[in-house]
Amino acid sequence: MGRGRARGRVLTRQDFLLLSAGAGAGLALAGCGGSQSDLETAGSGGKSYNGPKVSLAFWNGFTGGDGPYMQKLVAEFSANEKNINVAMNTVDWTEYYQKVPAAVRAGKGPDLGIMHIDQLATNAARGVIIPLDDVANALKLKASDFAPIVWEAGIYNNHRYGIPLDMHPLGLYYNKGVMEKAGLDPEKPPQTKDDYMAALEQMKGKGIQGFWVSPLPFTGVLIWMSLIRQFGGDLYNDDATKATFNSDAGVDALSWMVDVVKQGYSPKNLAQDAEFTAFQNDKNAFMWNGIWNINPLGAVKGLEWGAAPLPQIGTEKAAWSNSHNFVIMNKPGQDPNKIQASKVFINWISKRSIEWAKAGQVPARKEVRDSQEFKSLTWQSEFAKEVPYIRFVPPVPGIADVELASFDQAVNEAVLLKKDPKTALDGATSRANQLLKENREKYQA
Amino acid sequence: MTMQTGARPDVQPAGKPSPSGGRKPTDAGRLTPYLFMAPYLVLFITFIAIPAVYGIWISLHNYDYLLPGKPWVGLGNYVDLFTPGTSTSGPFWQSMEATGKFTLYSVPLLIVIPLLVALILNRKFPGQAFFRAVYFAPYVLGVAVIGILWRYILDPNVGLLNYYLGLLGIEQIPWITALPWAWVSLVGVTVWWTLGFNAVIYLAGLQDIDPALYDAAKVDGANRWQRFLNVTMPGLRPVLLFVVTVTILASANMFGQAYIITQGAPGEETTTAIMYIAETGLRQFNMGVAAAMSYVLALALLLISVVNFAVFRNRED
Repeated sequence: MGRGRARGRVLTRQDFLLLSAGAGAGLALAGCGGSQSDLETAGSGGKSYNGPKVSLAFWNGFTGGDGPYMQKLVAEFSANEKNINVAMNTVDWTEYYQKVPAAVRAGKGPDLGIMHIDQLATNAARGVIIPLDDVANALKLKASDFAPIVWEAGIYNNHRYGIPLDMHPLGLYYNKGVMEKAGLDPEKPPQTKDDYMAALEQMKGKGIQGFWVSPLPFTGVLIWMSLIRQFGGDLYNDDATKATFNSDAGVDALSWMVDVVKQGYSPKNLAQDAEFTAFQNDKNAFMWNGIWNINPLGAVKGLEWGAAPLPQIGTEKAAWSNSHNFVIMNKPGQDPNKIQASKVFINWISKRSIEWAKAGQVPARKEVRDSQEFKSLTWQSEFAKEVPYIRFVPPVPGIADVELASFDQAVNEAVLLKKDPKTALDGATSRANQLLKENREKYQA
Repeated sequence: MTMQTGARPDVQPAGKPSPSGGRKPTDAGRLTPYLFMAPYLVLFITFIAIPAVYGIWISLHNYDYLLPGKPWVGLGNYVDLFTPGTSTSGPFWQSMEATGKFTLYSVPLLIVIPLLVALILNRKFPGQAFFRAVYFAPYVLGVAVIGILWRYILDPNVGLLNYYLGLLGIEQIPWITALPWAWVSLVGVTVWWTLGFNAVIYLAGLQDIDPALYDAAKVDGANRWQRFLNVTMPGLRPVLLFVVTVTILASANMFGQAYIITQGAPGEETTTAIMYIAETGLRQFNMGVAAAMSYVLALALLLISVVNFAVFRNRED
């Protein structure tokens, strides 16, 4: 995924947070209903395609090292299915979430695409993508075929909008060289709070700042979003009508990060990707970062590193994650053959997602995760251990722009030591509540 | 339009001089200037005039182009911007303040430094052409290029600048993550990047000043400073007006540098008005509010430009 690139990634991240602005009235769209009935008439099955030759436009944002993996899968599919030609078009995620709605609106959109799980509700509400309930039915897909959390997160307004491809959680990368230099066992990354703090203290004794904490969305806010859940809290209440992140859990999580900086385990004032650059250059021992960095780190010559689930700092295990999902674009009057071909394509890629896992992903599909081939992917398997407790944002329209305008700022100001955690989070919470309310009005209007 | 009066008689068929002896255009000739302007006018009307008017319409609605309902809110979006405590007014005025600060810090430097550079480059010395090119060179680079370049140089922890300062025993300076350093960096980068443009304009202005005036001043016994004040400065006045106006507008529209180098951080301190408007309109799809903000910003810039023109006109009187 584009976000997987070590650099230039932050813009992307911010962008799709912003992008989730809207949600709501999607089903009211006439085009939506029309396409739904097209889907139904497109026959069931999805295992094979016998219709005339069709060409599918497939858009995504895999601009990083993940692009070639998807391209390879697409080429393999097109070679297998003589009558389906898939043309893949890649644009940076930032632009993707601006271009796709505009293209769909103009009737020039792709036939199918990929979207992040926190974008599904927004794009469903804006009529960009259509329900896939019958695709799921036709392919006989059920929750037990996937990780339950990722399967359920694709539902908005009682309809399914995404077929999950993968999960990409935050995990712990450890630099073996730095650990060794500090006298730590490089094969034993700390997994509990006590071990973690002891390791940081030991490194500090050797003059090493072992855990660089970023004040920016990538990766500081992802760390905090993991920690608040570890401390037993959550960002929003159940139906995401109220922000709850200034709870004790939220404040404790942020205070822990701020203490890491104050204690000198982390340098102050980190800029974008400084933690990543430092890790590559043997200056940083522990980095909480996404699974998509497996391949970029693997490409660094001479770097000795490993990956593990996040250490448990709070009272329970939890990790932030996002997920790529197949979506079908809203095209009134779409050719039923194309819809049938799309189903075949989605099903085929989903089953072959072991190849996709190699790009630095945990496959959403259980049979692939359980396969011997996946278990032989050392680092991917480490991240996969987090699947039982990964957390997404609630599937509510407008959720991502709330994040950008509220706790992204709070985490930034607290980690930069400009505001104390409680004050920062209180301010952000009231702003988030205001935005949640405005989003409800906007989409229910 | 000296063009048609000068050129037209040549294209008149022989023996059919126009009644005024070729001094006034015929009916067909009257269209000529408009025909020449047509390509520009078409672009102007399509991409500036119509959107500008349509934008007013959008700003009166709660507008998302993909939602079926675009409720009319009248002046609601504007009222919200001027009502403390609404979700838009806080960040918007914060971003206006950031824009104002950046303009205030950068414009004086971008007016004075390029003038000094132009004065030096206007003298005759070996390598003059080379140095003119050197000062102009950064300006040809795109904002993404200079943004990423400086982000690496200025990175507080792993950047080049702090590394070399560290060798000199100077402690890490948070160039892009804390105030006032973030402003120092953004202003510094912008001055380095764009001073060449203003310098070239000044240089053209300097070369337009009649050397005879300097000679006359010398004869009158004016020293170098007096010649600068009484010959150079008055001679540069029209150019100065242009430079000041264009520089203020450019600084007030600052986007790329802060977007790439500081990402609006720390907090929202370096999020400029244009950044916030783009975020609101193009990513959160709150286009009505974003349009309203644009008009408030445009109006503010208009006022500043008017004041600017008034100041320069008074001096001329």
